[in-house]
Amino acid sequence: MAQIKSTHNPGNHDLYWLLASFASVLALHVAYLHNWVSLVMAGFAGWRLMVAKNGWVMPRLAILIPITLAAAIGIAVSYHGLFGRDASVALFAIMLSLKLMETHTQRDYIIVIFLGYFLAANAFLFNQSIAMGIFMAVPITLLTTTLVGVNHPNGTLDWRFKAKTAGMLLAQALPLMLIFFVLFPRLQQPLWGVPQDAYSGMTGLSDNMAPGNISKLSLSGATAFRVEFHGKPPAKKQLYWRGPVLSTYDGRTWRINSYNVSKVTEINKGFGVTRNTSFLTLEPHNKQWLLKLDMPAETAPEYLTSKYTVTLEPHNKQWLLVLDMPTEFPADALVTDELQVISKEPVRTRMRYDASSNFNYTLQAAGLSEREQRIDLQLPKNKNPKALALGESWKNQSPEDIVHTALKMYREEPFVYTLSPPPLGENAMDDFLFNTRRGFCEHYSSSFVYLMRAAGVPARVVTGYLGGEINPNDNYMIVRQSDAHAWAEVWLQDRGWVRVDPTGAVSPDRIELGVAESVNDSEALPLLSRRDYPLLRKLYLHWDAVNNGWNQWVLGYNQDRQLQLLRYLTGKNFSWQDLVIALFGLVTASLLALSYFLLRGHKVRRDAIQKIYDQFLNKLSKAGLTRYKHEGPVDFSSRAVRRLPAQAKLIAQITDAYTQLRYASKISPAAIKAFKELVNSL
Amino acid sequence: MSSAKGWKKWLRVARGNPAPATLSSRYIYILPTRYGVLFAAILLGLLVGSINYALSLGFVVTFLLAGMAVISMLHTWRNLAYLVIDSRKPAPVFASEDAAFEVIAKDSRQRARFSIAAHFDDTIPTYADIAAAGESPIRLLLPTEMRGWLKAERVTLFTEFPLGLFYAWSYVALDARCMVYPKPATHHLPLPASPDQGAAGVLNSSSGDDDFAGHRAYQLGDSPKRVDWKASSREQGLLTKQFQGEAQSTLWLDWVTTPGADNELRISQLTRWVIDAHALKHTYGLRIPGSEISPNNGEAHYHRCLEALALCMPHKVDVI
Repeated sequence: MAQIKSTHNPGNHDLYWLLASFASVLALHVAYLHNWVSLVMAGFAGWRLMVAKNGWVMPRLAILIPITLAAAIGIAVSYHGLFGRDASVALFAIMLSLKLMETHTQRDYIIVIFLGYFLAANAFLFNQSIAMGIFMAVPITLLTTTLVGVNHPNGTLDWRFKAKTAGMLLAQALPLMLIFFVLFPRLQQPLWGVPQDAYSGMTGLSDNMAPGNISKLSLSGATAFRVEFHGKPPAKKQLYWRGPVLSTYDGRTWRINSYNVSKVTEINKGFGVTRNTSFLTLEPHNKQWLLKLDMPAETAPEYLTSKYTVTLEPHNKQWLLVLDMPTEFPADALVTDELQVISKEPVRTRMRYDASSNFNYTLQAAGLSEREQRIDLQLPKNKNPKALALGESWKNQSPEDIVHTALKMYREEPFVYTLSPPPLGENAMDDFLFNTRRGFCEHYSSSFVYLMRAAGVPARVVTGYLGGEINPNDNYMIVRQSDAHAWAEVWLQDRGWVRVDPTGAVSPDRIELGVAESVNDSEALPLLSRRDYPLLRKLYLHWDAVNNGWNQWVLGYNQDRQLQLLRYLTGKNFSWQDLVIALFGLVTASLLALSYFLLRGHKVRRDAIQKIYDQFLNKLSKAGLTRYKHEGPVDFSSRAVRRLPAQAKLIAQITDAYTQLRYASKISPAAIKAFKELVNSL
Repeated sequence: MSSAKGWKKWLRVARGNPAPATLSSRYIYILPTRYGVLFAAILLGLLVGSINYALSLGFVVTFLLAGMAVISMLHTWRNLAYLVIDSRKPAPVFASEDAAFEVIAKDSRQRARFSIAAHFDDTIPTYADIAAAGESPIRLLLPTEMRGWLKAERVTLFTEFPLGLFYAWSYVALDARCMVYPKPATHHLPLPASPDQGAAGVLNSSSGDDDFAGHRAYQLGDSPKRVDWKASSREQGLLTKQFQGEAQSTLWLDWVTTPGADNELRISQLTRWVIDAHALKHTYGLRIPGSEISPNNGEAHYHRCLEALALCMPHKVDVI
């Protein structure tokens, strides 16, 4: 476009608006930037303000270039590099603030405003909560208001008018936004790999268990996942959400056995993943098992299985949580030998999947392979001699008795369940079993597995979540990070893998009631896991129901949701092409409607006046007086006054009002109303 | 002078002749500005980012801004549409001064308009706001070079309000022309010394201001003050009163007295003399190829002389 532009530069008024917009964009980011970055940005904005207010000179390039380099180096040091999500956003933010220092022409303003929009939207990389979504309206409106002001080069517009114009533009854009949001085709996969740090700060179960891991999680009130049960929710003690299975122990940390993970791909290649992989047989055995930790005998068949939909919060790891033991898996998931259900990619967006589980199961009852025996009996050498000796001393008993003996020990010896256990020494198991005896689920499960292995019973640690809270507002279950748990599985001849939860031996409340009931000192627990604030809890549950809706329908609006919604609305299955056609059709229709209202708005009002005047003409023609085609309103009026002297005053008034309205520069609704009343009174 | 470039010469031009031009939808064109293109690029970046990071709210912001941009196109279009464009007769100027055309933009749709700009090809635009049902003059300067009538070029009216993402424009051919007087000579050749020189055919025994010296037949250009209306009412025809002492200030500015052979320089010189004579309140006549203006004074006479000079075509007339 070869346009000749005016050389007019925006004034101070525009600058104040620009700086206010900039401040609101910074406010979105301040929680996610290093403090020095925010301070530097605010500093530049302040400097620019002083330049405008006190007539200082704009800094020269010779000053700005070293500052730019220093800022880039600062970011590289603070963020350990210039690439990756956090570093690039910080770099972009600080460069934008530097750009302020050389912003004085209209072009500069417009570029800063555009980049401001971009930076504002980047805040969603860090937080997509409802509050963030609502607050985003502030910078968007401020930036648009500034843009309107900058595009009025002939003088300063009243700020109210600018804000009104911006608000109107945005309000009129809302229907288009909705249409696009609902109908724009969504992709399942990212277009390219995203930086590693994009998902830092996601909490969840780790792929290893070292002392402190789970108790740290227990202090987080964050939601791990939400579950809708298709049917009656299972009893609390059945809510063992199976996560990573840890078989390798190095004396301090329990880890997933890497060999098994690699085998997953093999299974996947060999069979695809089917729900009936050979190693999984599920049959009810209807036996009361160890310390009621397994199925109660009287369970009716309909309570033996459960179907449910999980909405998993992103945790940047691959596991999907399912109830012990899963029988039907999410479509794209893989299943390992240990019955860990894992997704192909780390879970980085909120994910929905269907699964079903059977609570009455036998797993690998046929026997363990030599390799599995080796893994599940492996113990680190030359460590924890006392614990090893204790386990070995039970070797002559039957495996069932060994389990009973161990649980009896936990129950009868003075073991204490606490969220703040004392630190353990070099020989952690010895220290815990014979010295401190205060611990959390991870201590109990790992020491139990240790003892079992020492006694020759194959055993492993299973981590996951236990329990969950039903939200009565929307009838779904919330499972929080504070529900994280670790338990044990032992392999018994003919019975296969059997779940044993030694924590239950120490603190049965943990299993039956949840973590809040099992700790006496609730000080360490997250506020919302405690029982002492019922009103707060209730409010929280309402709020969580709103959040769940937001997560399900706004943030989790993906291809599946989109197709589901459209099927619900139209009763048809939409293809990719249908989406595009619908999108174009609806956008065109709404633009046409909007154009009509924008371009005809005032004409309609004129017509209203004409309509009332036509009523007046009708009334007079009934009285035998018709206006000629060539006759103007004034001429007609004087003729009518002569013919109908009784109504002379009213006719003159009506004609007056009509001509005034017809040629008035501004028509108030009140004037139209008054005119209408005049005609009606005739 | 009208210099429509490239494809734009095919675009319609609203004619302001005879009635004022209305910028109806036929005459309005709209394209994104370079900022509009930049904005689209930024939105594309946001869209790709939102897809890649599966940011639902990123989609919301992207689509909201895209919707706003599209809506702003309607607002920009409607900001210009149905303006009524009229013009005023511009005041005459001397060549090399700027001719000041005044475009009157009038709203006909009960809508206030903002930042309506007008410019001639290759001139800097002038902006104006227009109140609902109101009108605003937009002064457009056009540099002049040649004497004579300067026809207004095609005027471009445009607006980018409210967001600057779209450029809506219209062309209007104004029905206005500006009289451009010749550029006066700069060097000061004194006024012709003898008022009588070459004054053949005109009464030279004129008289002073105070003493009435008799009548002569009325000639076009004579001041109405000097017409003997009483004589006229006696049906003696139009007679102009003559006074003693007038001879001193009656001056003939004659083509033949100007030096040189270059017609334009001679016209320039005469222009200078007209200006000087007018400033000194002389009574002067002008004789140039093709026309002759008998001596008189006052503003009307002054402009008549300058106009005659502006329109003088010496090469079309046999010049001595």
